[in-house]
Amino acid sequence: MKIGTIRDLLEATVICGEDMLEKEVHSACGSDMMSDVLAYVKDQAVLLTGLVNSQVIRTAEMMDMVCLVFVRGKKPTQEMIELAADSGMAILATDMRLYEACGKLYVNGLVGNGRKV
Amino acid sequence: MSESLTFHFDVDGEDFTSAGQASVQVKKNLRRLGISPEIIRQVSIAMYEGEINMVIHAGGGKADVVVSEDKIEIILVDKGPGIADIDLAMQEGFSTATDSVRSLGFGAGMGLPNMKRYTDEMTIDSVVGEGTTIKMVVNL
Ligand SMILES: Nc1ncnc2c1ncn2[C@@H]1O[C@H](COP(=O)(O)OP(=O)(O)OP(=O)(O)O)[C@@H](O)[C@H]1O
Ligand SMILES: [Mg+2]
Repeated sequence: MKIGTIRDLLEATVICGEDMLEKEVHSACGSDMMSDVLAYVKDQAVLLTGLVNSQVIRTAEMMDMVCLVFVRGKKPTQEMIELAADSGMAILATDMRLYEACGKLYVNGLVGNGRKV
Repeated sequence: MSESLTFHFDVDGEDFTSAGQASVQVKKNLRRLGISPEIIRQVSIAMYEGEINMVIHAGGGKADVVVSEDKIEIILVDKGPGIADIDLAMQEGFSTATDSVRSLGFGAGMGLPNMKRYTDEMTIDSVVGEGTTIKMVVNL
């Protein structure tokens, strides 16, 4: 799925990484606990979260993720946007809840653990 | 690379916002050295977990990453409260983190077991009231 398609499905705004909308991603995960992202995530390229702090960006960076989606209308700080841009990550923001946003992407074919549906 | 290369960092314990900075820098440095992405991921995750631990449990500390021909060593030293029961701390789900740490997205008790999982060797030396030294090795 293209990052641009994620934006459309989630009715999201692009906060940074406008140039990455054509990039293909194959799996995603959703969590507000960075501990769990670090412990359970394998190769997911997209993280959906309602947690807003710099560690969200750094955690995603450690996991080699390429796109972050903030849910529930959360907005990243300027510092976070700079960190993400510096790491070549796209940031989207949607008003949807975490469950709903994950569900929308999942039913449209973006799976959890790198598997194809 | 016949000689080893050391990266040193002071990890600030006062400011949670900066926690993880050293690990981000190490990741960049290792990329520049042309280390394989899989090894970089292992080192990054292990160091990041350890760095966050130093900030949330020990008030900061020092981190050294030594890259040599056959391995990468990560040495984390703090003067925090120490770990009373290391076997217990190594168990998945054991955490003494406060609710305020949990609200920052950490404190599931998964960090130490994750550090062990992503490294080839890990030793913890800790004295209650004096501090903790964690040494991890990822073989190249
Ligand atoms: N550097 C340290 N100094 C003192 N205590 C520590 C240190 N590192 C870990 N601990 C202790 O070991 C426990 C387990 O650590 P671990 O990293 O596995 O979990 P956590 O940090 O509590 O949560 P998570 O890592 O999942 O966010 C901690 O809750 C803390 O009590
Ligand atoms: Mg931890």
